[in-house]
Amino acid sequence: MTQVPLEPVAIRASGIHASLGGVAVLHGIDLALPRGRWTSVVGPNGAGKSTLLKALAQLIPHQGTVELFGQPMTTFPARLRAQRLAWLGQNEASGDDLSVWDVAMLGRLPHQAWLAAPSLADHRAVQDALRATQAWDWRDRPLGQLSGGERQRVLLARALAVQADVLLMDEPLANLDPPHQADWLQVVRGLLAQGRTVVSVLHEISFALHADTLLIVAQGKVLHHGACADALTHRRLEQVFDQRIAIVPVAGQWVALARTGGAGDLPPGMAP
Amino acid sequence: MNAVALVQRRRRQQARVVIACLVSGSVLLLLLGIAIGSTGLENLWAAGDDAVSLQIIRDIRAPRAIGAWLAGALLGLAGAIAQGLFRNPLADPYLLGSASGASFGVGVALVLMGSTPYATDWLARLGLTTAAFVGAVAAVLLTLLLARGVQHTLRLLLAGVVVGVVLGALGSLVMMMQPEVMLSMQSFMLGSTGFIGWAACGLMAVAWCACAAPALALSRVLDGLSLGEATATSLGLPLPRMRAALVAALALATGAAVAQTGLIAFVGLAAPHLVRSLIRGTHRMFLFAASLMGGVLLLAADTLARWLIAPQELPVGVLTAVLGGGYLLWLMNQRGEPRRGT
Repeated sequence: MTQVPLEPVAIRASGIHASLGGVAVLHGIDLALPRGRWTSVVGPNGAGKSTLLKALAQLIPHQGTVELFGQPMTTFPARLRAQRLAWLGQNEASGDDLSVWDVAMLGRLPHQAWLAAPSLADHRAVQDALRATQAWDWRDRPLGQLSGGERQRVLLARALAVQADVLLMDEPLANLDPPHQADWLQVVRGLLAQGRTVVSVLHEISFALHADTLLIVAQGKVLHHGACADALTHRRLEQVFDQRIAIVPVAGQWVALARTGGAGDLPPGMAP
Repeated sequence: MNAVALVQRRRRQQARVVIACLVSGSVLLLLLGIAIGSTGLENLWAAGDDAVSLQIIRDIRAPRAIGAWLAGALLGLAGAIAQGLFRNPLADPYLLGSASGASFGVGVALVLMGSTPYATDWLARLGLTTAAFVGAVAAVLLTLLLARGVQHTLRLLLAGVVVGVVLGALGSLVMMMQPEVMLSMQSFMLGSTGFIGWAACGLMAVAWCACAAPALALSRVLDGLSLGEATATSLGLPLPRMRAALVAALALATGAAVAQTGLIAFVGLAAPHLVRSLIRGTHRMFLFAASLMGGVLLLAADTLARWLIAPQELPVGVLTAVLGGGYLLWLMNQRGEPRRGT
């Protein structure tokens, strides 16, 4: 029996140009994001990271082609695409009147027949997602009664409930306190263990450095795409932030430290 | 029974209680509305023996009470659709310019009826009702044209505001140029259920079915939209088509109600808010409950308008504006500032 080889690339984009309000934001982006890996998209403010993520998710009009597992995204029916690719937006609006359970259940929309009641599988998926983000205890509370961090965990649960092969997340750590940021990391590790692909836009560079690969975006172009542990990736990262950060190893992890005046500001032994 | 099933069951029960209360309230108010006449509360059983009383009940009070409920139900439904569609709790059924369009349509019809002898015959047949409906629907179509479709919510809202202001100004111009139509137009703008007959009830019932069915079927779109357009799109919802269907339901519900009762204020805005203060959840239950609440509100206001200063009547639109506005102010103070932690 012949086994069909798995497409090693989850998302491949070529020649992506996109504009916002008539202003060109992305200038011919080409990329290939590996399957079953976590790619973090980083770059300075206004680099076009969120726009790139939206273009990859087909949420904004753009030029160029995006392929999902080797198939052009435009050929996917909307529901099938939604089943395979989930998206968590930055500052996602939230229906204050919906309960936490209802919001997470919206993630199952791509899997449900029109007008059909949620199935047992839907209930299980929502329950798992709410437990994974530790939002289970508020399942009956309206979203409007939650704090910003709590909302973010519910919205993450909504994206997880889709159980898509690829998860695109724009600033998923927004409003989360450090312990829940660490929990988010565990959630991502769990997704990767299941063979899913994760793409996240992160401003917390130290968290981004936990990813498998780093996609550095500046002025609407890909400046570098490489392994997070790679020294060249670190140099490019420092370069894109005008040498105002330093990538240093701390307790076996790469972390980004802000320079206030130069390398001399870093703690002893942490100079890159 | 697991925790999820318990939660779902409790929420369903809560919603069912509210729906049952609204249905019971509707029935009681219908009986009350039919029993109240120019001399106050009458015994319905005794009226059965009197042919004249029976005819008044059958031909005037019953269609008026049922029509008031139906118009309110249409406005409540339209208000709930508008608030979900535009993700704005201040959205009301008249947001797309339908109110100004209906007023302008009535103004033009009144002027033509009075000034063009050739037009009078067919206009009389056409009636102010049709003029109001055509005006309301034409205004919504103009809004859609200016917004270049339904894809952009903000553009749609702004176009609705522009159409509303321009047609409102044109309506005022008509009144200024033809002062003799002013009284009729004012009466239309205050709203009245006094002219509702069985035919109007039938039309509104058909309109309610035609609007409620797609609205309830598309309630998940409104749920998805509450998380933002991008998220709704990412969930595989074909937003342009579904939004167009919801706008059509909104326009038809508003146009049908306005055509029969004039501009009834606040019902479409207050009914969804009242329901929201009682139950929270998905739009499927919310749309249905808001529609029932709209019916209860307008029927209650109409009954009160006929009973307060009987045998005289208050314009029902005045009552809904005063009571609805007062209620929203009270609700605003009750709720206070929403909690937004970080």
